[in-house]
Parts: sequence; C-alpha cells; structure tokens
Amino acid sequence: MTDILMPALSPTMEEGKLAKWLVKEGDTVKPGDVIAEIETDKATMEVEAVDEGVISKLMVEAGTEGVKVNAIIAQLSAEGEAPKPKANGKAKAAKVDAPPQAVAETPAVEAKAKNDGHRLRAPEQKVAAAEGLHDPTLPEGVTYKKTAVRDALRDAIAEEMRRDERVFLMGEEVGQYQGAYKVSRGLLEEFGDRRVIDTPITEYGFAGLGVGAAFGGLRPIVEFMTFNFAMQAIDHIINSAAKTLYMSGGQMGCPIVFRGPNGAASRVGAQHSQDYSAWYGHVPGLKVLAPYDAADAKGLLKAAIRDPNPVVFLEHELMYGVEFDVPEVEDFVLPIGKARIRREGTDVTLVAHSRMVKFALDAAEELAGIGIEAEVIDLRSLRPLDTETVIESVKKTNRIVCCEEGWRFFGVGAEIAAAVVEHAFDYLDAPPLRVAQKDVPLPYAANLERLSLPNAQDIVEAAKKVCYRETE
Amino acid sequence: MAGKTGGAKVRKPVSEPQKADLIGFYRDMLLIRRFEEKAGQLYGMGLIAGFCHLYIGQEAVVVGVQSILEPDDQVITGYRDHGHMLAAGMTSRGVMAELTGREGGYARGKGGSMHMFSREKNFFGGHGIVGAQVPLGTGLAFSNRYKGTDAVCIAYFGDGASNQGQVYEAFNMASLWKLPVVYVIENNQYAMGTSIARASAETELFKRGISFEIPGEEVDGMDVLAVRKAAAKAVQRARDGDGPYILEMKTYRYRGHSMSDPAKYRTREEVQDVREHRDPIEMLKKKLLDAKHVTEDDLKKIEAEVREIVNDSAQFAQDSPEPDPAELWTDVLVESR
Ligand SMILES: Cc1ncc(C[n+]2csc(CCOP(=O)(O)OP(=O)(O)O)c2C)c(N)n1
Ligand SMILES: [Mg+2]
Repeated sequence: MTDILMPALSPTMEEGKLAKWLVKEGDTVKPGDVIAEIETDKATMEVEAVDEGVISKLMVEAGTEGVKVNAIIAQLSAEGEAPKPKANGKAKAAKVDAPPQAVAETPAVEAKAKNDGHRLRAPEQKVAAAEGLHDPTLPEGVTYKKTAVRDALRDAIAEEMRRDERVFLMGEEVGQYQGAYKVSRGLLEEFGDRRVIDTPITEYGFAGLGVGAAFGGLRPIVEFMTFNFAMQAIDHIINSAAKTLYMSGGQMGCPIVFRGPNGAASRVGAQHSQDYSAWYGHVPGLKVLAPYDAADAKGLLKAAIRDPNPVVFLEHELMYGVEFDVPEVEDFVLPIGKARIRREGTDVTLVAHSRMVKFALDAAEELAGIGIEAEVIDLRSLRPLDTETVIESVKKTNRIVCCEEGWRFFGVGAEIAAAVVEHAFDYLDAPPLRVAQKDVPLPYAANLERLSLPNAQDIVEAAKKVCYRETE
Repeated sequence: MAGKTGGAKVRKPVSEPQKADLIGFYRDMLLIRRFEEKAGQLYGMGLIAGFCHLYIGQEAVVVGVQSILEPDDQVITGYRDHGHMLAAGMTSRGVMAELTGREGGYARGKGGSMHMFSREKNFFGGHGIVGAQVPLGTGLAFSNRYKGTDAVCIAYFGDGASNQGQVYEAFNMASLWKLPVVYVIENNQYAMGTSIARASAETELFKRGISFEIPGEEVDGMDVLAVRKAAAKAVQRARDGDGPYILEMKTYRYRGHSMSDPAKYRTREEVQDVREHRDPIEMLKKKLLDAKHVTEDDLKKIEAEVREIVNDSAQFAQDSPEPDPAELWTDVLVESR
C-alpha cells in the first residue's frame, strides 16, 4: 500500500484545494499518469502517480479546500508489492484513516506546477520550518495511562504492525528472548516469526538486508541491541539508506526505521556508552528522533514507521523503565520535526533531548529556587531540527544553555548555538553555553563515570553563568 | 611477506603433559572457577557493575590452549575474558580490582570487565564489540610475520561472533598471507539467548574456514588434555609458517550470558546434565585421582591455596582506592613532549 500525499507546490505552501480527481477507485495507474489536479491561489498543478498500482481508495473528495500538504489523499495498492496477509488472518487490513501528518515528507506524487513551477532555488533553510507542525489536539476529557517508555515503544510497533502488513521487526534477540531490553515483549507471540525476526549477530548484514527490503517495498524496523553496535552497520545507514533517494533522482526511497538504545547505560565502559545524536544528525537524507517521555516515544515511533524516509530513532536504556502518562487515543501520531516546550520560563532557555531533558527539568526546578525562570525545550527531533522554537525562546529569554549527553565537539549543542548566533545574535545577552560529556571515552570506574557524564548540577551552573549569577 | 627469519627463538617442542603439568592445569582451572564465583558474589554486593560475563564451565579451553603458548605469543578475546587473563598469567588482584573499577586494576579502573589489557603478558584485550577481536588478532599475527618473529596469536571468539562478517574478511587475509594466527571458537552453544542452531546455517563451525582454505577441527572443549593436544598442533603449524587454523571448542557456559539473564532459552536439566557429566574440573580431578597423581588431601591443599588467592584478590579489589579524579583526563592521546 502506498500513500499518495498532498504535494506542495512551493516550499511555503501549506494547504491547497483538491480540485479534481482524474481517476476513480479501482483504476490501474502507471507512473506518470495524471491522477488529480490541485489548486492554490497561485497555481494549478497536476498530480502524477509515481508508482504502478490500483487506486484503492480516494481519501479526499474532489473540491475539498484546505487540504494540508502531505495529508494522505489516496492510496495505491501495488500488486505484488504488499505481501498478502497469511491465511491465518492475523494481520488485519491496513487502517486507512491515518491522520494527516504535516511533515516535510517526500510526497508520493510528483508535482508538476503549471504556472510558477520553477523550483531552482533550494528551499529557504534560514530557519527550519516547524511552523504549522502541531501535536494533534487531544479530545476533551482524554484519559491517560501510566506507561513505561519500553511499553510505549512496544505499543507503537504493535499498532503499526497491525495497521500495515509491510511492517516487520528484525534484530538480535527481538523474538524469543523478547528483546534484550524487553521492548519487543509479546510481539513474536502476536505476529509470528515471519514478522518478528531474530537475526544472527551480524549488524552490517542485517542492516543492509533491511535497507534492501525497504527498497523492495517493505517497511522494516531494524533494532540494534544498542546503537554502539550500529557502528558495524553505519555504512548501510548512511551510504545505502540515507543517500539512495537522492542518488536515484527521487525514484528509490528507503522507508526504514533503525532503532535502539543510544547513549550511556550504567558502568558498561567506553565501547558500550556512546551518544550518536550528532553522528546521525549530521547526515542529510536521514530523519533523527530522540524522544524523552513515553508519549513522545509512542507518537514519534509511529510517525517514524509511517515516514517514507530512513529514520534513526534513538532511545535511552536508562529511560526504558520510567513511566509517563500516555494519552489513551486511538491513533496517537506526532509530527516529526517539532520541539516541545516542557516548561515555560523567561530568564534562560535550556535545550535538551532524550534523557538530558530530565536533567534540564531538574535544573529548572532548582533554578526557580534562586529566582531564575528557565524555559526547557525538548528537541524530540534532531533532524529536522526545530530551530524556530529555540530561536523564539531565545528572543524571549536572551540566554541559552545547550545540553547533550554526548561529546561537545561538533555536537548537537554546537549546531544549536551556531543557529542561535546566526538568527538571534542581537537578542543574546550572553554567549551560548554547552553542557556535554567530558571529552574522553566513558570510563568504567564509578567516580570517573560520574565525573564524565553531564548532570543537572552542570546545567544549573551553566545557567547561572549565562545569567551572570555567582557560580560555585 | 617475510618468512621466518633470524628473530625466531628456539622453541622447545610441546611435550606430553607430566604429572606436575596436570596438577597445574587442575589448579589453573580451579582458580578461574573460584575467581569467577567470587566475581559473581561481588557483583551481587554491588561492588562490580555494568556487564560481567562469567567463564564458568569453559575453563578447560583457555587453560589447555595457554598451556602450550610461549611468553611472546599473543592472546586476544572478547568480553568474557577473566579466565583468559588469569591463564595468561595476569594477577588475580589486578583483574579483580579492574572489575571493581579501582586504581589497582589493570586499566586503573578505566576499562572494567570487558576491556582489560596487559602489554607485559601480551594480552591484547578484552573487547566489547562482538567479533572485533578476530581481525585485531589477525593483525597481531600480521605484525609477527612482518617483524620476522615466530610468535603466534590466538584469537578467541564465540559461536555468536562467528556470524559477523568481519570474521570472514579476516579469515581470507590470514589465509592469503599465511599469517600465524589460531582461531579458537569457543562454541558454548549460545549467543545470549540464541542457540547456535537458530543463528547459524552451518553449525559445524570448524568448517567455516573451508572456502578460505583454512583447515579446522572440532575439539572437546571440556577436556583440557584434548584442548592442549589440538592447540599444540595448530600453534606449531602457524609457527612453522603454514598459516591459520580453526579450533572449534565444544564447550558450555553454566551461568547466564551476563549477570542478568532470563534463563528461558534452555532448561535447567540441560545445564545440570553438563555440570554432572562433562565438567572439565571434575573430569580432570578424576583422572588425577585414578592415576594416583594426587590424594584427596593434595586436592584440599590446592583448593585452600586457590581460595586464598581469590579471597586476597577480592580484599585487594575492595581496599584499592577509586582512581584519582585526574585520571579522567589521562590516556586519551599519547602526549608527545
Ligand atoms: C557488534 C555487537 N553486537 C551485539 C553485541 C551484544 N552482545 C554481546 S555478547 C553477545 C552474544 C555473543 O555470543 P557468543 O559470540 O556466542 O559469545 P559468548 O557470549 O557465548 O561467549 C551479544 C549479542 C555486541 N557486544 N557487539
Ligand atoms: Mg556463545
């Protein structure tokens, strides 16, 4: 099943009118067939099919105004592409009413503008376009369920596997063992070993195999026992998954999720304790997510699985057991590329992602005690990076501390600090500061490990510094 | 590629083990077992943290192989490495203190259980990434050939590791260049919770070198004498410049993969059966007694001596201070002055 999305006519277009359908349900289309016409106030555009297949459902009526860019407008089932559900009937038919995701995805259609169709300029990249991305509004009176991060991830995988037959999970010990960190608990039982696949210890091999399967029309979720072991496979993540869409001139996307715990666990030494946020954040052609709480873990993992691009999904082992409220709604999908303001404040902006958000929140609490109101931004998505939210915050607070668990050099904090200096220089009352891991491989000894990893106290000190308050 | 040249020492041929050797093997295996049991206890007390992979059950492999090595031969292995270090002659104190992350440890607390090294004993780690030691060990062998010594490198790895691609890249080069490396596959039947049959299309791992022209054989890895015999042949072959060899040691790990292990992937009976019928230490003990090489009293003395060493190392590992905070910043790069 391929989703056909509402295409954008220009980088700034957010919505348009679906003027006319030129096909009906049941029609067979070939790549290049014009299937619909779309209008904005500026132009009309023909929508062409990129894939071969049968139009299985038109999701938006002709004449509808205000269709959001990247909303699903139709579905194409490619014969031979989607595997037929097995006779046991376990796999339910894909649910079709996915909420529109206003996400900067590659539309599954080629847009040919009739009037001002020139797109020679690179899309404006001054400030990442987080505009228009919003978390879905939750229904009034929504209830919440306390859920551990690991179970939220599991729920996301299970829901997406029920929804889409093409989704499968593959990795070391994901099946019979129920996951090295128990994220895949129960999945083998529900989906069977055709879709929950234990691999040998061969990361380079199965990452490549996953990418190939994605080329072949499937939607793999590749689990790395930890991201440290993905270093064996990083060639496929970058050279094969991230670059192929571009190298193929848009023909060959790679819808795949690489996920697993990232960063330092506890006392497992240098080879098992590394934060890869900056590594993957560096690479065009990837999306990189690093949620903090269970709701974001669930909503973003579902978005990642649906995304037509390769997504690196960075979890944190020390967060797996932590419980958070997760809204009990039918299909909780979050937009990729939107930061979350976790605490509002006026005096200093603290930017963090993944487990560091906890430290930033703790620091904010302590800072409040000495009269400093910190605004805490949880990045959630590192690529695309929601610089807009960060910059808006800095315009208000005039100070920023960038927090990350990984090394400072060429890091996430460096990127954010540079963006802030570039776009909000005149608003800054102090140089941006970074809190990061010490610039050494992570030591095993308890005292050295403590000294090496960043914590809430480091953030408090940095925040005091940018506020020109007495520090210890 | 340089062949054997003047640098080579005259090696004494590996002899049939004598009574004293046999008692030595028994003692060494017992030391490893008691050491590991103690490490397990210290872990339970919170003195050791992170991952801690015990070698209990596999003692005959490393003791048998190490018994025929010369001091300039090199050894490299994965993270299940405590036994290898003790067999390579590293001190129990230094190993245990590394497990507790203290100054007295082999890496001054910076490496931990999975990453320990001793230049002095030609022990090159202690590697946390499954399979990494195989090309690394092949590179050590390359350095021997390059320098014209006749030292041999032993690269130990697991059945699970034997599915990593880099293993085969290394095999090819080792055979192509006739490098003096012996690959010891410690087939303990499981990689974490995955039995070999669930992960390997060819489960007879000694055959894994066939397409690289590397001969191999299966060895009863619970029988220290069988191990020693097979290793002697393979090491001699490598020393003579005839290239790599694969020894698949059929062995078994009694404990969980690391300290936390769901233990659902095998039955308790399976473990118990090996313990009762194939235990490497019990089997050698019986041989020693049957041949009247030792009396029960002698064995008690050995047990007491081993316990003394282990208790001393545990005490040392607790008394040794944490590393100086300044150590955080040392050893990142070699500082040239
Ligand atoms: C590249 C890599 N992938 C995964 C892991 C996690 N891991 C550690 S040990 C292990 C099992 C290895 O089994 P085996 O090679 O049979 O050795 P054994 O533990 O039985 O001694 C796994 C999957 C790792 N350390 N490195
Ligand atoms: Mg094994």
